[in-house]
Amino acid sequence: MLWEVDIFAAPGQLDRAASDTVSDAADMGFSSDLAVVAARGYLIEGDLSAPQVEKLAALFLADPVVERTVIGQVGDPRLDLPPGAADAAEPIYVLPKPGVTDSVADNARKTFPLFGVTAEGCRTFKKYWISGITESERGLIAHKLLANDAIEQLVCGKLPFTKLQVGSPGTFNLRTVAIRAMSEPELETLSKEGQLFLSITEMKTIQAYFNELGRDPTDIELETIAQTWSEHCSHKTLAGRITYSGPEGERTFSNMLKETIFAATVEIRKNLGPGDFCVSVFSDNAGVVTFNDEYNVCFKVETHNHPSALEPYGGANTGLGGVIRDPMGTGMGAKPVCNTDVFCFAPPETDVESLPPGVQHPRRIIKGVVAGVRDYGNRMGIPTVNGAVYFDKRYLGNPLVYCGNIGLLPVDMSFKHPQAGDLIVAIGGRTGRDGIHGATFSSAELTSESETLSGGAVQIGNAITEKMVLDVMLEARDRGLYNAVTDCGAGGFSSAVGEMGEEIGAEVDLDAAPLKYDGLSYTEIWISEAQERMVFSVPKGKWDEFKALADSENVEAVVLGEFKPTGRLVLNYRGVKVADLPMSFLHDGRPPVVRKAVYQPAAAEPLSARPAGDISPAQTVLSAGIGTDDWNADLEAILGSLNVASKHWVIRQYDHEVQGGSVIKPLVGVCNDGPGDAAVLRPLVASRRALVVSCGMNPNYGDFDTADMAASAIDEAVRNAVAVGADPATIVLLDNFCWGNTDRPETLGSLVRSALACYDVAVGFGTPFVSGKDSLNNEFRPVGADEPISIPPSLLISAMGQMPDAASAVSMDLKEAGNSLYLVGETKNELGGSHFAIVRALRGGKSPSVDIPRARRTFYAVHRAIQKGLVRSAHDLSEGGLAAAAAEMAFAGNLGAELWAEHIFIDFIPGEREKLAALPGVTAENAADLVRLFSESNSRFLIEVPAESALAFEEILTNAEVPHAQVGKVTASDRLVITGAEGKKLIDRPLKQLKAVWQKAFDLGGDYQ
Amino acid sequence: MSNTKPNVLVLRAPGTNCDVETAYAFELAGAKAERIHINRLLEDPSLPDRFQILCFPGGFSFGDDVASGRILAATIHHHLTDTIRRFRDAQKLILGICNGFQILIKSGILIDEDECGLRATLTWNKSGVYTDRWARLAADGTKCVFLRGVKELYLPVAHAEGRFAARSEGVLDELEQSHRLALRYLPEDNPNGAARDVAGVCDETGRVFGLMPHPERHIDATQHPRWTRRKPDERIASPETAGDGFVLFKNAVEYFRD
Repeated sequence: MLWEVDIFAAPGQLDRAASDTVSDAADMGFSSDLAVVAARGYLIEGDLSAPQVEKLAALFLADPVVERTVIGQVGDPRLDLPPGAADAAEPIYVLPKPGVTDSVADNARKTFPLFGVTAEGCRTFKKYWISGITESERGLIAHKLLANDAIEQLVCGKLPFTKLQVGSPGTFNLRTVAIRAMSEPELETLSKEGQLFLSITEMKTIQAYFNELGRDPTDIELETIAQTWSEHCSHKTLAGRITYSGPEGERTFSNMLKETIFAATVEIRKNLGPGDFCVSVFSDNAGVVTFNDEYNVCFKVETHNHPSALEPYGGANTGLGGVIRDPMGTGMGAKPVCNTDVFCFAPPETDVESLPPGVQHPRRIIKGVVAGVRDYGNRMGIPTVNGAVYFDKRYLGNPLVYCGNIGLLPVDMSFKHPQAGDLIVAIGGRTGRDGIHGATFSSAELTSESETLSGGAVQIGNAITEKMVLDVMLEARDRGLYNAVTDCGAGGFSSAVGEMGEEIGAEVDLDAAPLKYDGLSYTEIWISEAQERMVFSVPKGKWDEFKALADSENVEAVVLGEFKPTGRLVLNYRGVKVADLPMSFLHDGRPPVVRKAVYQPAAAEPLSARPAGDISPAQTVLSAGIGTDDWNADLEAILGSLNVASKHWVIRQYDHEVQGGSVIKPLVGVCNDGPGDAAVLRPLVASRRALVVSCGMNPNYGDFDTADMAASAIDEAVRNAVAVGADPATIVLLDNFCWGNTDRPETLGSLVRSALACYDVAVGFGTPFVSGKDSLNNEFRPVGADEPISIPPSLLISAMGQMPDAASAVSMDLKEAGNSLYLVGETKNELGGSHFAIVRALRGGKSPSVDIPRARRTFYAVHRAIQKGLVRSAHDLSEGGLAAAAAEMAFAGNLGAELWAEHIFIDFIPGEREKLAALPGVTAENAADLVRLFSESNSRFLIEVPAESALAFEEILTNAEVPHAQVGKVTASDRLVITGAEGKKLIDRPLKQLKAVWQKAFDLGGDYQ
Repeated sequence: MSNTKPNVLVLRAPGTNCDVETAYAFELAGAKAERIHINRLLEDPSLPDRFQILCFPGGFSFGDDVASGRILAATIHHHLTDTIRRFRDAQKLILGICNGFQILIKSGILIDEDECGLRATLTWNKSGVYTDRWARLAADGTKCVFLRGVKELYLPVAHAEGRFAARSEGVLDELEQSHRLALRYLPEDNPNGAARDVAGVCDETGRVFGLMPHPERHIDATQHPRWTRRKPDERIASPETAGDGFVLFKNAVEYFRD
């Protein structure tokens, strides 16, 4: 019997799912006549009586205070109508596809016995009755809004099944692939259609290897090689041979990453000598540095772009879940203490009609991604403390989802040592068909067919399973029950066992893996990327205790095999050896990737209007209110632009205070709503020592010169951290390169150019890179299109710093009328890629560069001033320049500010001033004001200093040879006023108005305060 | 009772995630806290006998699958109702924070059920989404042991299902008149649309208390969202006593010194 329980909002209660559907449909342009009734429910399979199901519904499944239920067996006509309705269109059911994680159903079913009921199966669903529109519109809403084909099944009308069973036992046939006899085209076809995504050179290397062995590979051997050699697991492009030609001249790299990013770290560590605080960099799952006497701290940022394009909720959900397992799988296992997230989306107001087939609307992607991160982070009990959101039309179809995690690791447990003879133990989630080919798929270009081709790459996470694994792991670690741990990420068991056993050898019995359902092949078991699994190296003598511990917290733990000192990877299934490969071929057999790279920065051209039709990719455009010496409209347009606008809609959905260590929150100021520069948290409840977490990114500058983009991103990340009080000598960096197809020499060249800049800036700042990751091929090819849409070069720099005492932190909101405002750093004519240029639809100009030695002196000087207690508020200058920063500080502090633009010295190159005067409303006389207000020059801060501290403050900056000027003061008014020559008002606006513009631009609904 | 430290059982279950900082808050207040898995309690229902305070901390027990706190509440209702009644009747204290409050309500421990089942619940925020923000609160310490001497508090809330709703106005009237609606949001700070701005409820003894806000997240001066607005020399030297939420833990410990 298959019972159905429909749960509705009780009379007087809001039907939230219905009202959300109506408002989402309105966003898509559907009429306001739309009427929706929504229900959620359960399908319960088993030999149950009506009273039993009624009891479950009343006491467990529904909340009788606010809900009511309708119950029947599937097919019962009572289930066709919402309660009280005499007539309605047929219902639409949305169910998770068989095999997709449905933890609510699983947990519900496990709890039924408390109510005297045993069920064989259970599945949740959502159900809608939609009226007021045509049949075809209903279909469109169902497909575009209610269900995602990648993971959900849509049923209009009665449910067409009366059983929930999933999977049936498969028959076992060992498959070999006759690779030795294949021609080159056949090898290419095999690589593509088998979703191996290997190059022809790699395929030929494999062919030659098996020719030598005198046998063909089994399918699982081929898959194992493809996983190990994938871009995702081996970073073969960036760690490969590259011949580069750019403004720096010609360079040949034998390992590009090693000679740029890693080399910077090696250089810095050498310079630090005995003061080196790096513990383990670019070797484990996360970069490890020292924290205090007891703990080290590790940090990792990953991307989950392609899965998030197909299924935003699941993609982002498992993106965060996956990166949390990186610190958990670092050393002997770190305890996660905070998350970060940075997203890149197409603008939410993108026209529905303009969407290429197969592309989800940005609003849906944004809502799904934010909800996915929210639900994983909040449930894990890890505060999500820092992030950013960027918008550009080129992220349509290619959203970027960067998720980061920081963890604490006991000092003496920072390295792992798997031993020959140890058992290979897997714990956590069961293995299913989910996430097959995630590692290889993430290396492929998305097409509009990707959704159907690679549906298996989409996964839904279960944060509670991961939390349970974490609880058990920390206890087992502290009891010394294992020698090594790593996470199951891309490539699943294949890469986890392969990595841990690389130096030893491993033999695995695939039958031992607990499965979610029957029917998985041995290959699927091996490469499944099912979530929430960790692999341990457990000494035989500790296994009983390990197992008992896991059992005591309901965590499944099994022995998969043993690390055997053979140097080989051997896989068995049902008593048959299905794979036998030397570790050396897997890890060292891949032929080097050889690539050409060329780069030429955009030709210099003056800041000028874009030709008609050449729409700025980043933003909506200011059309009115431009007048000589009136920059108010520009400032408002910048504050109301998506990149600058308040991100409270995202931030408030995240628990940023769990674990009790929050010091500087993402939103700060009098009304808890100003934009904090960086997060500060105390990761240990009983210690005053704090971590500072920040980020820097600006894809706009990459259109000019990716070296400027990289330098600016590092500068921004570091200055954000310094602004809240981080000691610059403790700051470490992470790089995440998200790029288009690097098979094109110019695309790869733009990446190499930025990596070279990363080296220069990191060494100059003394801020080592400790970890990084790349995601290449972020391109989308719509059906029938010749040219793919490629994302702009998108380098995210994450920074982590430390403070000995959290109590010396500083926030960005103005504190007290009468205090002086200092501009620290030099303002140059650097408006290329600026938000002023974006809102005015301008092209050209010079993108901001970094004066590395002076930037470093600036950071150390500002930090000294903060340490001495001279600074009441500090804010970094970034998008929108001085005017935007001053506005944010003022409305966050609910205090006015008066700034005197003339106090800022602008050193124009001859002729530049005249070029700017060609812009509407700009003259040779006020060109300097334009630069003062909106230039985005790096390494600058606006700092509030009390009168009694001014002298000491100035002395620190003067001694450090850092440009600075008192440019204004905090006032007791409710306005931001910026005056130019002869007291002329360049900006004069009530704070309330500026704040309102800033707050409303990016708010996708929900009732927030 | 003696002057020895009261023992606190901080109960954890799959998905509990505020247990460490909650235990720390009790320790800071002078108690001795142990974090114990629900399975140990199910194996040995006499386990709580050596404790004076039972705390259900925040988190997402069993993922809040089905509804917030529901699965753990059902488990407790089925297996541990007697244990918990005995604990309460022994003049001991029970505190539920956030998910703990949801569990106390949904297991019928905090507000007795009648023949139709639960008389009040905690359900989805009016906004329909999880929200993390701070709220000003007014306390009624007449009955509630944890709120003795407390008039107002400033604490963070972080939840999706925190809207207090009762089956009828009559239920609310009864609870209000008996001083059991012990903690209320200031109306302009009500984050979830809760009936009568209810943020916390105690039982008829005043010794069992559940609240949605997180007192353990405000036991230190630097946890206040605006602490940086204080001048450096006004920042409190001893932060251990500087958060509004600390008083709840202090009151719980002091109760055993009476």
